[in-house]
Amino acid sequence: MKSFEGIAASSGIAIGPAFHFHRGDPHFERHTVTDPAAEWVRLTTALETAQRQIAEISARAKAESEEGEADIFAAHALMLEDPDLLETMQQAVKGQSLNAEAALQDATENYAQMLETLDDEYFSARAADVRDVASRVLRILLGIAESPAAGLMTPSIILARDLTPSDTVLLDKSLVLGFCTAVGGPTSHTAILARSLGLPAVVGAGPEVLEIPPGTTLALDGDAGTLILEPDETLIADYRRRQQTGTRLLAQARKDAHAPAITRDGHRVEVVANIGNAAGAAAALEAGAEGVGLLRTEFLYLEHTHLPDEEEQYQAYRAVLEAFGSRPVILRTLDIGGDKDLPYLDLPHEVNPFLGFRAIRLCLARPEIFKPQLRAALRASVGGNLKIMFPMVATVAEVRAARAILEECRAELLAEGQPVAKDIEIGIMVEIPAAALLAERFATEVDFFSIGTNDLTQYTLAADRTNALVAALGSGFQPAVLHLVRNVITAAHAQGKWVGLCGELAGDPLAIPILLGLGLDEFSMNPPAIPLAKQIIRALTLAEARKIAQHALELDNPQIIRAWVKEQLEAQIK
Amino acid sequence: MSQITLTILHEMGLHARPAALFVKTAKQFDSDIRVTYGNRKANAKSILNVLTLGAGQNAVITIDAEGDDADEALAALQALIENNFGDAG
Repeated sequence: MKSFEGIAASSGIAIGPAFHFHRGDPHFERHTVTDPAAEWVRLTTALETAQRQIAEISARAKAESEEGEADIFAAHALMLEDPDLLETMQQAVKGQSLNAEAALQDATENYAQMLETLDDEYFSARAADVRDVASRVLRILLGIAESPAAGLMTPSIILARDLTPSDTVLLDKSLVLGFCTAVGGPTSHTAILARSLGLPAVVGAGPEVLEIPPGTTLALDGDAGTLILEPDETLIADYRRRQQTGTRLLAQARKDAHAPAITRDGHRVEVVANIGNAAGAAAALEAGAEGVGLLRTEFLYLEHTHLPDEEEQYQAYRAVLEAFGSRPVILRTLDIGGDKDLPYLDLPHEVNPFLGFRAIRLCLARPEIFKPQLRAALRASVGGNLKIMFPMVATVAEVRAARAILEECRAELLAEGQPVAKDIEIGIMVEIPAAALLAERFATEVDFFSIGTNDLTQYTLAADRTNALVAALGSGFQPAVLHLVRNVITAAHAQGKWVGLCGELAGDPLAIPILLGLGLDEFSMNPPAIPLAKQIIRALTLAEARKIAQHALELDNPQIIRAWVKEQLEAQIK
Repeated sequence: MSQITLTILHEMGLHARPAALFVKTAKQFDSDIRVTYGNRKANAKSILNVLTLGAGQNAVITIDAEGDDADEALAALQALIENNFGDAG
């Protein structure tokens, strides 16, 4: 059986025939024209036709409630009437007597290439939009009408170089089993669309996938990132079983979302939510959150044009605490500065913001920012179950300094006659290797740790998580990161302190067995991940998880670790 | 010439829907409107120009306008950005 490896872009399994979605590159000759004025009319007429087509497609996307897509078409429509683009094309046609096709191609390709060179992946992905628009106009100019989706009659796995929004809107989604593209990354349109439709997708599988004969039976694994040609009966049976297990598991998980996460041998862990504001509280509770493991407080600062005062903050924290009643809510103090700028703070520009003046470093230096937040949190603590944690801690001295300011605020409030809850637990985020390595010293200073694996990973691997070129290095499954996590948990437990984890790893089904086995006490994740996380914990015993963790930490790289955990998990969940 | 400096807080940055709204708003005015981000400068009425700025979340941009309705244009663009392009925080 031949197989292709790509990037796992959307979870799930599909088995079915290959269907090529092939647009075909419209060919044209570059030449000069004898009547430039007429040629310009030909081009503007094609632009108008394209404008009408986009309006129709946009209406269809809205009807299929693909809201994100409708937005993309609004941008496409603006590109067609872009004054700079029109001027460049007009100059080429009228000034240089170039034919419409060549003028269009030159002008749009220039912009597409400029977009491609931008560092930000979201912006560089817009190059595909410009080419999509250009190709539409080109097809109109050349009179090519046939839809590339014509011929899709039976449920199939769609193979394509890459898919654009105007391509996918043409597809009858009820006939799509999954997607596999030759190019593209995890933030490509195909990946985003597949996830929103709940269909499996593998992207960036290489140009050879375009050579697969149409109708060939394929097995697509959106979790492993593989596409297998002509799978044998054993493999098909295996995939079908996994497909059914996945569906059944998720249905069961949703049904039991509000039940606690207790392993088969009776070990209970907490499954809580990462939320950004009071509005997120309702969704978290509905998903089965047993509390909040990370309340990001940045929103309050980002949505204002001035520093939010104590009273504004008090009201916001109060609202979240009230929604959760007696369940714990861990408030993370302001994590801003560096790459997250607030214009009204007037912070200096930094060359290397991730290693810069941010979070607790900024707060300790600017008590006029830090103290109102701490006072608001302390006031909101009455009647709720509030815990406070400090982000980006690197040294024990920082913890002591932050705690001293907190105590100062508490004393002030009590002196003013304002009530404050007793015994508020204080913790730190462990996201800098310095804190992870010396966890045993930090453990004597705090009540709990919350490991922030997103930052811990980028600092440990020295791989900027916003840089696509090194993104592959920055996996939380890197053995170095997992060893640090183990060190933190062991050190905390030795001193009777508990440990949570609020990075993306906590909600990753393949990381959960490892983290459970390492002894993690609290898993904090985005609310939609909660039901399945609980279900995975329930399917295991602590003893099994320990074995999985122990072996996983001896393996060499993230791919091998994921594959191994997956195998173990599938053996448990039949 | 009038000028304002603002921070893009929208998580998408000046891209996709925010970029489209920004350009549509700019087009309602007769003034010449330019956006500067870092060392790049763009015509605010050109979506392709605005996209190639690459202004992501938390980018600090400067908008200047020249013309009879320059102040109104800047006020409208400022309101759009400060209201986070109509999205909740």
